[in-house]
Amino acid sequence: MALATFKGGIHPPDKKELAKDKSITPAKSPQRVVIPLSQHLGAPCKPIVTIGQEVKKGEMVGEPGGFVSAPVHSSVSGKVIAIGEFPNAMGKMVNSIVIENDGKEEWTGLKDNPDYMKLSPDELKEKIKAAGIVGMGGAAFPTVVKLSPPKEKPIDTVIINGAECEPYLTADYRLMIEKSVEVIEGLKILMKVLGVNKGFVGIENNKPDAIEKMKTAVKNEPNIEVCALEVKYPQGAEKMLIKAATGREVPPRALPMDVKVVVQNVGTAVAVYEAARYGKPLIERVVTVTGEGINNPANMMVKIGTMISDLVEQCGGLKDDVAKVISGGPMMGFAISSLDVAVTKGTSGILVLPEEGVVHAEEFGPCIRCGRCIDICPMGLMPSMLGILSEKGMYEEAKEYNLFDCFECGSCTFSCPAKRPIVQLVRLAKSQTKP
Amino acid sequence: MAEIKKEHELIVAVSPHIRSEETTSRIMWSVNISLLPAVVMGAYFFGPKAVFIIALSIISAILSEYVYQKALNKKVGINDGSAFLTGLLLGLNLPSSVPFYIPVIGSFVAVIITKQLFGGLGYNVFNPALIGRAFLLISFPKLMTIWTKPEAAFVKFDATTTATPLGILKEEGLAKLIEVFGDKMNLYMELLKGHRAGSIGETSAIALIIGAAFLLYRGYITWHIPVSFLGTAALMAWIFGAKGALFAGDPIIHLLSGGMLLGAFFMATDYVTCPSVKKGQILFGIGCGFLTMLIRLKGGFPEGVMFAILIMNCFSPLIDRGFKAKVFGALKETKAKEIKK
Repeated sequence: MALATFKGGIHPPDKKELAKDKSITPAKSPQRVVIPLSQHLGAPCKPIVTIGQEVKKGEMVGEPGGFVSAPVHSSVSGKVIAIGEFPNAMGKMVNSIVIENDGKEEWTGLKDNPDYMKLSPDELKEKIKAAGIVGMGGAAFPTVVKLSPPKEKPIDTVIINGAECEPYLTADYRLMIEKSVEVIEGLKILMKVLGVNKGFVGIENNKPDAIEKMKTAVKNEPNIEVCALEVKYPQGAEKMLIKAATGREVPPRALPMDVKVVVQNVGTAVAVYEAARYGKPLIERVVTVTGEGINNPANMMVKIGTMISDLVEQCGGLKDDVAKVISGGPMMGFAISSLDVAVTKGTSGILVLPEEGVVHAEEFGPCIRCGRCIDICPMGLMPSMLGILSEKGMYEEAKEYNLFDCFECGSCTFSCPAKRPIVQLVRLAKSQTKP
Repeated sequence: MAEIKKEHELIVAVSPHIRSEETTSRIMWSVNISLLPAVVMGAYFFGPKAVFIIALSIISAILSEYVYQKALNKKVGINDGSAFLTGLLLGLNLPSSVPFYIPVIGSFVAVIITKQLFGGLGYNVFNPALIGRAFLLISFPKLMTIWTKPEAAFVKFDATTTATPLGILKEEGLAKLIEVFGDKMNLYMELLKGHRAGSIGETSAIALIIGAAFLLYRGYITWHIPVSFLGTAALMAWIFGAKGALFAGDPIIHLLSGGMLLGAFFMATDYVTCPSVKKGQILFGIGCGFLTMLIRLKGGFPEGVMFAILIMNCFSPLIDRGFKAKVFGALKETKAKEIKK
C-alpha cells in the first residue's frame, strides 16, 4: 500500500541513528534554573513570585498574560534569586525567573487520580490549562487555545503528530517507544475534551518499531488509527500531516480547525496525560542532544530552565571542530551564539554540527531557474521568484506569488544548488510588507 | 561552562542548517561532461579542425566572461562552468569548416550580448549559444552552411563538401536522400552513428543519447521538454512529412537529423531560458517541436531547431506565469466557496 503523504517535499539525510537507540535518561538536576516568562506563542506571563521567595517544584511562578498564553511553573524546589532579562534561543531578551535549586525536589499539588477519564471535558481542559501545556513540537502554541475552537467550527478529528520529520531529532520517537500507552491516553483525553471520536497517530515509516509499539497500544481502541507516513520532510508540518492522515487540505491562511482537525505533538499528548492524571504541570520535557559535533548523543528528560551548557557537558562536551549549536532541528531550528541559554517548553533538541557542511551566508550565487524549489515546495509556491523579488526589494510583487502562504520549512533553501538563502529572503519580504 | 563557550566560536546563521550537495557548478560541469561523447564523435568524423573550433569557442567564451566581469568589477564566475558550457555548445553547433574568427565572434555575442548584458547567469532571456549561432548564421550565411564530408577529415586536408541530410531532403526529396545513403536502413544507421554532414556535435545521435541518458539519470534534466519536443516533432513529421500525402512521413529521419537531439536534450532544457514549472515545460517542448517542423517543412531554412527554441525562449516567463502551481489547499477553497453559495 502506498504510504500516506503530501505533494512535494525533500529527503535530507535523516541522521536519526546518532541518538535513536538512546533511552530517555533524566538529566542532572541543575544548580539553578532560568525560567523564561515567555516560552510560548502569545502574551508573556506575569511573575507572581518575588526575589527571595521559597518555591516548590511545580509551583506556578508566572501567570498567563492573556487568553493566548500559558502559565509557567518552577521545575525545581528552592529560592527565587533573580527576576530579569535573559537571552532565549532566538537571541531575544526575555523576562525570566531564576530559581536556586535546593536539591530537595519537593513537589506541590501532585495527586494521582486514576479515574481521570471520568472528569468532564471542561474539568480536563482546566487541568491542561493550569499545567501550562503548549505545543512541544517547537512552535509552543498554548494547547488549551487549540482545544477551545469557536462554536461554529466543530472538530471531528484529533491527530497526534509523531512524524518527527526534522533530521537528527529522536525525542518524539523515544516517547512513542517508551511511553506509548501515555501517548494514547493523552490522545483519548484530547478527544474527550473536543468531543471527537476519531483519532490518528501519524508516524513516518522510518520508525517501524514506533509504529509497532503504537499499534499495540491502540489494539483496543477502535476509534484510533496509527497511520504510517512516507519519510519526507516536512511530513510533520500541520497542513501536510492533515493531508496525509485525512486527505483534507487546509485552505491558504486557514487553520486546521477549518477542516475540523486539531493536531498535537507526541510530547504534548504525554504532558496532557500527566496533567489530567497527576495534575503535573509542564516542567520538564524530552530533549535530544545530538549531532556529529557532540561526543555522546542522548535523549534526556530535562527540567525547563536548565542551561544548554549543562546538557552539553553531560553529553561529553563538544568536539573540537564544532561550528554550530542549534536549538531545534537542522531545518527550522535556531543557531545559538552562546550555550548559556535555557531549555524551554518548545526545545525539542540541541543539535551540534561540525564545520563541515556549513554553508556560509555570503556563498550564494544567482538563481539559475532550475525549478527544484518549485517542484518540492510543499505549499505549491514558487520560492525562486519569492527569493528574486525579495532580493530586488519588490516586496509587493512577492505577494502575487503568495508570499504569506510560505511557512518557512526551508525545503527550497535545502535544495537550492545556488545556495540561495530563499527562506531568509522570504522572511525579509514578509517583514517589509503586510499580508 | 564558560570554558566551553570560549573554546568554540559558534556560527550563528539562519535556518535551514543543512543543504543538499547540489551546486550550480556541479550541474554545469556535469552537463559539460555529458557532451563529451558528442565531442569525441565530432572529432572522429570531422578531425582535428573540429577540436580546434570547439576549443577556440570555449576559450573565447571564458575569456569574454572574464574580461566583462573584471571590467565591470563583478565577481568573476568562470569557475561555475556556465561560460565553458556556452562555448562548448556553440562549438558543437558550428560546421567544422568555419574560419577561426567565427567561433570567437559567436562566443562574444553569446556571452557578452546575450548573457552578461541581460544581467548575467540566470537573467538572460535567450539561450546564449543559440543566439551566438543565429547571429553567425545571419551575418555569415555562406560560411555557416559549408558542410564538410565527414570521413574526409582524417584522409586529406582540403575536405570535400556536401549537403546535410536535411538539405537533401528539402531540395531533392526523400528518394534522393535514401539513394545517397544506399538504402533506408543504412541511412538510419549512419544517422545514429553520426556519419553524415552537419554541425560538429549534432551528427552522432548515439553520442547525444548517451549524454542525455546520463543527465536524465542524474536528474539534471527531466523528461518533460525532450519528450514533448521530440514527440511533437515526430508526430508532425509523420503527419505532414511526406509530399502529397498525409500520415506518410518518416519521423525517424527527422528525429535523427539536424540539431534535433542536441536541441531537445541539451539546448531547450537550459534551466535559465526554459520554463521552471514542469507543466509549462511540456507546453514549451510542444512549441519547440511544432516550430521546428513548421520551419523544416514550410520555411526557407532546411533546419528549424535553433529558431524554434529561441522563439519559445521568449514565452518562458509567460508560460511560468500561466502555469503557476496551485497553492496548497487553494482548490478546496474555491470549492468550499461554491458550496457555501
